Amino acid sequence: MCDHVSTTTPSTRKQTSVDANNSRVYKLGAVGGDWLDKRVAGGGLIKFMARKIFPDHWSFMFGEVALYSFVILLISGTFLTMFFDPSMSEVVYNGPYEALQGATMSRAYESTLEISFEVTGGLLFRQMHHWSALVFMVAIFVHMFRVFFTGAFRKPRELNWLVGFTLMVLGMVAGFSGYSLPDDVLSGNGLRVVEGLMKSMPVVGTYLVMLMFGGEFPGTDIIPRLFTVHILLVPAMILGLIAIHLVLLVLHKHTQYPGPGRTERNVVGFPVFPVYAAKAGGFFFLVFGIITMISATTSINGVWNYGPYDPSPVSAGSQPDWYMLWTDGGLRLIPGWESTIFGYVLSWNMLIPMGIYGLLLAALALYPFLEAWVTGDDREHHLNDLPYNTPVRTGLGVAWIMTYLILALAATNDLIAIALDLSINDLTWALRIGFFVVPVLSFYITKRLCLSIQRQKRDLALHGEETSRIVRTDTGNMIEIHAPLSEYDRWVLVQHDDYRPLKAGKGVSALRAKATSFFFKDRIDPVTPAELREALEHHGHEKHVIDELTGGDYRTPSEKSSH
Amino acid sequence: MKALAARRHHPMALLVILLLALVATGGLYAALQPQTAQAEAYTEDDVDAGEALFLANCATCHGRNAEGLLDADGGTIGPSLIGVGAASVDFQVGTGRMPMQSAGAQAARKPPQMNEEQTRQLAAYVASLGPGPAVPDEEWLDTSKGDATKGGEIFRINCAMCHNAAGAGGALTRGKYAPPVVGLESKHVYEAMETGPQNMPVFNDTNLSPSDKRDVIRYLETLDETGSPAVSPWARSVR
Repeated sequence: MCDHVSTTTPSTRKQTSVDANNSRVYKLGAVGGDWLDKRVAGGGLIKFMARKIFPDHWSFMFGEVALYSFVILLISGTFLTMFFDPSMSEVVYNGPYEALQGATMSRAYESTLEISFEVTGGLLFRQMHHWSALVFMVAIFVHMFRVFFTGAFRKPRELNWLVGFTLMVLGMVAGFSGYSLPDDVLSGNGLRVVEGLMKSMPVVGTYLVMLMFGGEFPGTDIIPRLFTVHILLVPAMILGLIAIHLVLLVLHKHTQYPGPGRTERNVVGFPVFPVYAAKAGGFFFLVFGIITMISATTSINGVWNYGPYDPSPVSAGSQPDWYMLWTDGGLRLIPGWESTIFGYVLSWNMLIPMGIYGLLLAALALYPFLEAWVTGDDREHHLNDLPYNTPVRTGLGVAWIMTYLILALAATNDLIAIALDLSINDLTWALRIGFFVVPVLSFYITKRLCLSIQRQKRDLALHGEETSRIVRTDTGNMIEIHAPLSEYDRWVLVQHDDYRPLKAGKGVSALRAKATSFFFKDRIDPVTPAELREALEHHGHEKHVIDELTGGDYRTPSEKSSH
Repeated sequence: MKALAARRHHPMALLVILLLALVATGGLYAALQPQTAQAEAYTEDDVDAGEALFLANCATCHGRNAEGLLDADGGTIGPSLIGVGAASVDFQVGTGRMPMQSAGAQAARKPPQMNEEQTRQLAAYVASLGPGPAVPDEEWLDTSKGDATKGGEIFRINCAMCHNAAGAGGALTRGKYAPPVVGLESKHVYEAMETGPQNMPVFNDTNLSPSDKRDVIRYLETLDETGSPAVSPWARSVR
């Protein structure tokens, strides 16, 4: 560890650092702080932020990627609003794209074509806006999984998990409202699906559709309305929630992975100024650069191919953006079930998928509360779990991801069928069965894998690493030489929490007893101090025997002769 | 005039009028009906050479007289080719789909087995069996006269649901598929629309006029020239 490492103590927020008050870095921070301090009394805040400590780990970078791609979304989106005209009035196209010259289209579609073909840099900005939206959602999901699998959602961070969850949902709303704006056939198809889903809601459906579209689909209101949602409402909400997300992050302090010197009461890492200011600043430009490069070389959503919106055509190979795939997949998998009650048609083929989507989202949002109820754990957690130490949570997370993936794959069933030369009917059946089977299987496989890793780590903590060197004693016994772990390495393997199933009674409900049994029935006993002492003694004894035989020289005869 | 007026109420008058009307409609239809079965200048030699090729390469499935063959369960081994016309042969043989490589969901495009001369001879033979759509005239393949915008509209409404908006192709049921349609020979695209090969519906001249077909071909050419960035690379490379 280098001398920049500092620690903060959560309980007092007091920060101590080894490089103290006279370093150059500290003075640089103070200049800004001082200047501001004399005008708006903000020096304290600047100083606080500049000396704020964050832990360092590659897996903490995904949230940053999400933040930076959102900044790129704002920049490129602002550019696009200068040229996009959210109007559904009809015009005749006279631009440079030959295959649409003379076609009647909405002004929204025409202005999108203008951005693509006539505005300097317009196509690049459109592509960057689209690509950064895709990256934004990837980063949000991966960040969520990181938080999930490391248990970083536990007390005191449950609220921030909900804020993050809401950001993910808002990201989907932003994406959908955005790619519906160009008013091409593909975007209109997406809106048509939403219209159908809304109409399937009993009683309120048709009213909702009338309110949203201002009359029959598609009408002339929807694009201007989506525009307001897309450039004002949703971005403002996202910005506000990001602010809350980050304030809570500062308030709670960042979680860290277990390691030497890291406790529930400190944060081991580097200060914001200069380390993270430089790293994060550079990383922003890296993300910006990569997104720009992808946008410049890999074209996406060529709206000119789809043509102006017309409710009749639907193109083969129509897929939404990746983060909306799962919502399309359920509709493709469900059989066409309908029933008629009192003359009203209930479209189960839409209501059931919508119910499943709701359940999947609810499971994600509420998991922290579910787990807290099961464990009954009321402590604060600032040290992350290693995923293999929580087999059931990890298994459930993988099962959720697999469900999501099956739905997303189902939405691309036509592309898969073509690419792999499969029958789309068989593929659909395979995915229908997979929807029920794969998550369950992946849960158990993941859980068993986690338990196996735990067993292996337990062995490792007790006996150290196998060196593949075997010594034969006078009596013919074979002993493998084990290299013991360092105290630091061993600490990581023996620090985790241990939960056991609870018996019903004494304030424990039968349901909770069952839940704890599901979560903790299969467990690997953590290494106890007594076991460790015994293992070390045994190791000492073994080492004694080995050293007597080898004279402390563990080289093989051939190694000895070659030196 | 008086004599005619007097017979107006004759019981047979209605029948005579009906007869006249029928003759008029029939005559008009015969005069104006779409002329799909244009005879190309095939010689007797072409037909004979075509028949020899047919017996050697096609008769196994389509029957010795091109009447079609059924298997023991009554399933089609090869359909009857009487009346499918020269256009159908030119498309199927010219794109290598026929002779078929293997039984499957659908005959795949492959390098043609017959050269142009042999394809022409086979077409001549099949055309001689019964009237059917002929190979299109050069006039309808001259895409400089086509309207890409109109073709695009026709394509989106009639073709894109299977062939994709950018002509990249797409999946059909049970392993069948609509192949990519960008970068093909105009003649084959025209013939496909005219004859509806495999799972494709027929777009005959009353449905899509020859000039509409030319517009569609022009649109596909425009897609080819301007590129289709939205096309997934794997979908384009297959078939």
